[in-house]
Amino acid sequence: MTILTETKDGPLVLSPDQVEELGRALDDLRARIVADLGDSDREYIYSIIKAQRGFEIAGRSLMYLGFLPPFWLAAVAALSVSKILDNMEIGHNVMHGQYDWMRERGLNSREFEWDTVCPADQWKHSHNYLHHTYTNIHGMDRDIGYGILRMDESQKWNPLRLGQPLYAFGLMVLFEWGVMGHDLEVENIIRGKRSWSDIKKLVKGQWRKAGRQVLKDYVVFPALTGPLFVSTLAGNVTANLVRNLWAFSIIFCGHFPTGVQTFTEAETAEETRGEWYVRQMLGSANITGSKLFHIMSGNLSHQIEHHLFPDLPANRYPQLAPEVRELCEKYGLPYNTGSLGQQVGSVWMKIFKLALPPFLVGKESTPGVIVMRQQVVSSDLQAVASGNTTEVGV
Amino acid sequence: MVGLIDLVQTLTTPHPLDRYLELVRPTLTARELRAEITHVRRSVPGSVTLTLRPTRQWRGHAAGQYVQIGVVIDGIRHIRCYSPVNPEGRRDRHIQLTVKAHPGGLVSQYLYRNAVPGMVVSLEPAAGVFRLPEPRPERVLLISGGSGITPVLSMLRTLAEEGYPGELAFLHYAKSPEAVPHRAELEVIAQANKNFRIEMRHPGDGSGYFDYDQLERVAPWFADGETYVCGPQGLMAAVRKIFEAEQLSDRLHAEEFTLATTPVDADEAFGTVSFSASGKNAENNGAVLLEQAEAAGLTPEYGCRMGICFSCTAVRRTGCTRNVRTGETNSDPDQPIQLCINAPVGDVEIDI
Repeated sequence: MTILTETKDGPLVLSPDQVEELGRALDDLRARIVADLGDSDREYIYSIIKAQRGFEIAGRSLMYLGFLPPFWLAAVAALSVSKILDNMEIGHNVMHGQYDWMRERGLNSREFEWDTVCPADQWKHSHNYLHHTYTNIHGMDRDIGYGILRMDESQKWNPLRLGQPLYAFGLMVLFEWGVMGHDLEVENIIRGKRSWSDIKKLVKGQWRKAGRQVLKDYVVFPALTGPLFVSTLAGNVTANLVRNLWAFSIIFCGHFPTGVQTFTEAETAEETRGEWYVRQMLGSANITGSKLFHIMSGNLSHQIEHHLFPDLPANRYPQLAPEVRELCEKYGLPYNTGSLGQQVGSVWMKIFKLALPPFLVGKESTPGVIVMRQQVVSSDLQAVASGNTTEVGV
Repeated sequence: MVGLIDLVQTLTTPHPLDRYLELVRPTLTARELRAEITHVRRSVPGSVTLTLRPTRQWRGHAAGQYVQIGVVIDGIRHIRCYSPVNPEGRRDRHIQLTVKAHPGGLVSQYLYRNAVPGMVVSLEPAAGVFRLPEPRPERVLLISGGSGITPVLSMLRTLAEEGYPGELAFLHYAKSPEAVPHRAELEVIAQANKNFRIEMRHPGDGSGYFDYDQLERVAPWFADGETYVCGPQGLMAAVRKIFEAEQLSDRLHAEEFTLATTPVDADEAFGTVSFSASGKNAENNGAVLLEQAEAAGLTPEYGCRMGICFSCTAVRRTGCTRNVRTGETNSDPDQPIQLCINAPVGDVEIDI
């Protein structure tokens, strides 16, 4: 891992006071946005929903002209856009509770379902709770490699890792099914850490949700186009695939590009709110792009802002970003961002590199930022200075 | 119809059909009940009478019942209860609401100022046990105060339309004659029905507060009739006291009429937290609701315990809670809240 912030004298060190000060600044920023939420946010999300529904209806209708290749392509494009908007700017964000304040039945995190095979409640457990609470903590955040990939040097290498680029490619193509299976923690079942009876209920829920999705996309809509059954089926499969490729790419850019830090359980035990904020910043990465690009990525191109404020409406992230960046600069923290090409390239580079045994690629991991922790400051300043067991960020 | 909706919903899965239809027109819904405001009348100072045309799912109301309507203010949907004032069982399927603009009442003020024909509100089916029984009692006494007039007005109008043959007395308390909504109609009803006795009282002008003498004068037969009362706390208490003393409590039917109030000091811990789904109660100790629930032996679902993951969201039925992160208090009934970052302020009922 390259170090972005290392100074001439070694990694940047943040004192507990600095961390808490930063935390308070972020709390203030949050409070300002919360106080400002209102009609414009409501109009925004409904305009996105309208656009999504429009693309969906257009896509489903154009399939009736699917025997003409340009129309088939247009149908697939419209349906892909619809699914991407549904999953990213609408589903992901609504299920984070970003629009719960509107008290609108159709936009409530408890009731919302999205157009993908993973049931909302299971995703909310693995994502909203596990991933967002324990972001980038080894052994806690299952998004580090999703149980099948080695995305950090501290994960052990074994010969099976050589196939990693293939696994990653497979995950990308079948991404919605990967997301669905995520909460099952199949690798923990294989290791004997989890029993089949633990997942019975999850499988049942998946069967129901995925069944309905499959019925709709691969049976009912194709059948409704009569003689064009195969053409429509192929179109729907393609639209789901396009969504998978796109979602995978955007999501992998969130935490795996070069410069993102990971943490251990010991380092992050008993975190203060300020420390939690700093971990979110160090563990996330943004993607630069146009307004349309941000919408199509569900504003996960503002992954840093999303991780600091997962329950603030995503359309506010672009507005928050300059202030977050300013705070990073003020404290010397990295603000990891780059173009889509850069970030995707960096992610795949890592996938390939970490597939290889460590002796071939060498070890690069050194902390970029060390966070001094309150409990050690009073008792053992010496240990902090020497960077022993007392810092976060190794 | 239901079968057809299910079939179409296979195509719109995972979203309910209404999530598509409402974008075309807010009143075009397959399942959800809504209503469009068709007439707005501001004849009485400080109150507004709305006529609403509900969507086809509306099943009508019984006189005395209430409906919940939801209006969007600053992007947020606020739900409030109002009793329709129109008689029950009319064929035109309209609802008439008379809304008094309470000082500090967010929704009532909003409707008073902004309601216009064409505005669409969300609506819940009529509910409540405060209603005229079938068959009708032989004698009916209606008592109301202030905006508590709405459910009993519906009862009065229903009985008038039905040509109710029994004895009826209606006693209403208001600040002034001008503050009584539908006054002209009350006079028409009084003239058309010789068996109806309708009396207005304006305690401020010296016509006196409710007491036994007034009761005796207006409805000397009250012990044989059924009495329906709705109004401010003071009036309700006075009526209840007399009926209790006369051992007639089972002949008294009351509709609570309270305004949600926010306690002055939100940091002070007092009152009772009741976990309604599990039937447990606990003394409010000031901690966040998740901790209080766990201390009471409950195991509500939770996740991050810091307000980010929404795993512990549960519905606050009644009472006021304080968001410990923002310090904001809220006391709207039936609202989902995050248990891990909300502490009760006084009595709170949580649905876990």
